[in-house]
Amino acid sequence: MAAPVAVSIEGLSFAYPDGRQALRDISLRIASGEKVGLVGPNGAGKSTLLLHLNGLLQSQAGQVHTCGLDVSNGNLGAVRAAVGMVFQDPNDQLFCPTVFEDVAFGLLYQGLPKASVQARVAEALAAVGMEGFESRSSYRLSLGEKKRIALATVLVLQPEILALDEPSAGLDPRARRSLIELLATLHPTLLIATHDLALVQELCARVVVLDEGGVVADGPASTILGDAPLLARHGLEL
Amino acid sequence: MNPSTLDPYRPGNSLLHRLDAQVKVGLTLGFIVATALLPPGAWPILILLFAMALSAIILAELRAGFVLARTMLALPFMLAALPLLFTVGSTPLVSLPWGWTLMKEGLVRAINVAAKAWLSLLAALTLTATTPFSEILVVLRAWGMPRLLASILGMTWRYLFVLAGEAQRLLRARAARSGHPAHTPGRPGGTLAWRAQVTGGMAGNLFLRATDRAERIYGAMAARGYDGEPRTFPQPPSTVNSRLLLFGGWALLALLTLAGLLFWG
Amino acid sequence: MLFSPVPMHIPDGFLSVLVSVILWILSVAGIGYALKRVGTDLGERQVPLMGILAAAIFAGQMLNFSVTGGTSGHLMGAALATIVLGPWAALLVMVCVVGIQAVVFQDGGLLALGANIFNMGIVGVAVGHFAYRTVCRFTGDKPWAIPLGGFIAGWLSIFIASLACALQLALSGTSPANIAVPAMGGIHALIGIGEGLITAGALAFIAAARGDLLQTKAAMGSSKPVWAGGGILAVLLAIASPLASAHPDGLEWVAEGRGFLDLAQDPLYEIIPDYVLPGIANEALATILAGIVGVILVLAAALAVAYSRRRMTEAR
Repeated sequence: MAAPVAVSIEGLSFAYPDGRQALRDISLRIASGEKVGLVGPNGAGKSTLLLHLNGLLQSQAGQVHTCGLDVSNGNLGAVRAAVGMVFQDPNDQLFCPTVFEDVAFGLLYQGLPKASVQARVAEALAAVGMEGFESRSSYRLSLGEKKRIALATVLVLQPEILALDEPSAGLDPRARRSLIELLATLHPTLLIATHDLALVQELCARVVVLDEGGVVADGPASTILGDAPLLARHGLEL
Repeated sequence: MNPSTLDPYRPGNSLLHRLDAQVKVGLTLGFIVATALLPPGAWPILILLFAMALSAIILAELRAGFVLARTMLALPFMLAALPLLFTVGSTPLVSLPWGWTLMKEGLVRAINVAAKAWLSLLAALTLTATTPFSEILVVLRAWGMPRLLASILGMTWRYLFVLAGEAQRLLRARAARSGHPAHTPGRPGGTLAWRAQVTGGMAGNLFLRATDRAERIYGAMAARGYDGEPRTFPQPPSTVNSRLLLFGGWALLALLTLAGLLFWG
Repeated sequence: MLFSPVPMHIPDGFLSVLVSVILWILSVAGIGYALKRVGTDLGERQVPLMGILAAAIFAGQMLNFSVTGGTSGHLMGAALATIVLGPWAALLVMVCVVGIQAVVFQDGGLLALGANIFNMGIVGVAVGHFAYRTVCRFTGDKPWAIPLGGFIAGWLSIFIASLACALQLALSGTSPANIAVPAMGGIHALIGIGEGLITAGALAFIAAARGDLLQTKAAMGSSKPVWAGGGILAVLLAIASPLASAHPDGLEWVAEGRGFLDLAQDPLYEIIPDYVLPGIANEALATILAGIVGVILVLAAALAVAYSRRRMTEAR
């Protein structure tokens, strides 16, 4: 029962405690089911923007609505169940001794019974092509495998929106290729923050360009990615 | 909590910022010792000490809000001194319900503890707000801290904020997966023991990443010629003025302490 | 406690100078010996390893789990450090953590730093080592021995350290023993459960991911002196605390040092009779004088700042 508008951001501004203005008056609407690439150079504010979607950062001005819910203190539980966020470094997300426990974390937090947890974990691992890895230690896996497990920890919660921060960073071409193939099979609304434009070209129909905390371009992927001067102006290259 | 806001150092160009680090560290320690030695009830001396601390804060051009916020840290620990109000002394002041009587001497003692704690915090805060930790480390090394310990402390300081950032990201990642859809039955959160264990896993994760990082750092150091002998920068020579200031300050503090001990001890 | 939420960091002003100095001497002795031992055991990797792990423990203290309502549980880390690194390295690591917390973040006083290092470093590490090695000896090679040992070591290290803290407060006359000991001990008996669980959880993670780290010489070795010292500390404090709690006045007498200090002061007081410093003999007058001098001092400071700022803008 997904809301038609998955993400609605109006006039969002945010400055870090040290004074750095990370986001300036951002407005953005993402429809349910859309696959959007959020691109920009390092320091543009992509990660900061993602952190507002599930309330890990609180907006200082403007409104953020995720799946129809206002992202504020009363709703965080529901918001975080609706948004699946995969961070840049999978090591930050894999903090349980076994893969099973990491993937099961979100379900156990919600208080689901053990039996259904096991089934859903197996399902999520199969979806990312890591079936059978339940008893392995996530710490010892390769980067590509860790990224998949990290994705599984989030997919298992069946979120309506999937937000990924630099998913292909650090991956060798083969791992990158299989990650792209995997992401192509997923159904939720997809928001990918990255400067890997080739990945965006393959997966996303719409591209939003962010630079110095503001939205500088927003349109169909073919148009934006074809506009080489625009990309170059904002430190990007296809 | 952004790790970068943990650091109390406030860059600036005030008179205190430019002062020799040895003087600052020496006077701060002297001030804290003088405060500690004061017997209870020596209000005039406390007032003078407070004026000295306030002057230092002004000379350092620190904001009042910053100072107040950071020095309120000792407040919770004041609970430890609260019993003094009722147990020490023999001159009752106020009778409270349940047979508790507020004693005058106890009140004096409790206020004394609170005042000393706050004064010491003011001094320590003024020091760390105007002196980068690396400079404090150089002073300690000049005063006899073993080289090995100073090197380890320097490395800890260097990586403190890096690892604090990792800890913060771990907490964020956990929070992001701690969702609770409106329609699920049951209370969210799992059991207390489970939550504590997960936190333990996060600590283990932090620990292991730190050991791996230590290997890489050692490799980088070895590649630059590190041979196991820690070397640190020496303390620059102190000027005559600095020494005058340091010994003068110590002398003044000693006088105040002596007066306090003689007349109120 | 803003940054380290295990309420054992004693601020300045709560401990008497005598207690502080004694604990400083003990701590310095411990640190000195640990530096020597670590030098021979770990070789040249020690500086990066100790430094980073101290930073890791510091960061680890930021990790929390919610207990009820607004309260949360945290890690202190002495037990975890000693299980993985061995007691001497762990002591140095805790010294760095507690030291930086005091010097930079004002979490714990500077004069009281000796006491805080003693409680969280020496007592925490020694008792943790004692508990862990004892559990391991009794349980042998069972897989659950490590988390169990970790839990008990974590709990005991916090509990015993809190007793030491309470006794120090009582000896300083800041908190009567019959309140401090049960209060500190009671609260930390609960907090210790959190520490125990987190320590066990961390060990489970480490055992699964890098089991080899728990098989190193440092981790497997038992230091007889530390083991014995830890056991003795635990027993001593466990016995002394209820005793002190039952006889708080005895400690008060020691704290005031009534007999001792008064004897020293009387002769001095007679040397400076009242008429030499008439104004000071009247306490109210002295307070007013102090107030006036204080205000002059503060104004002078403000003027100095204004003057130096003007000189700087003129120089531009």
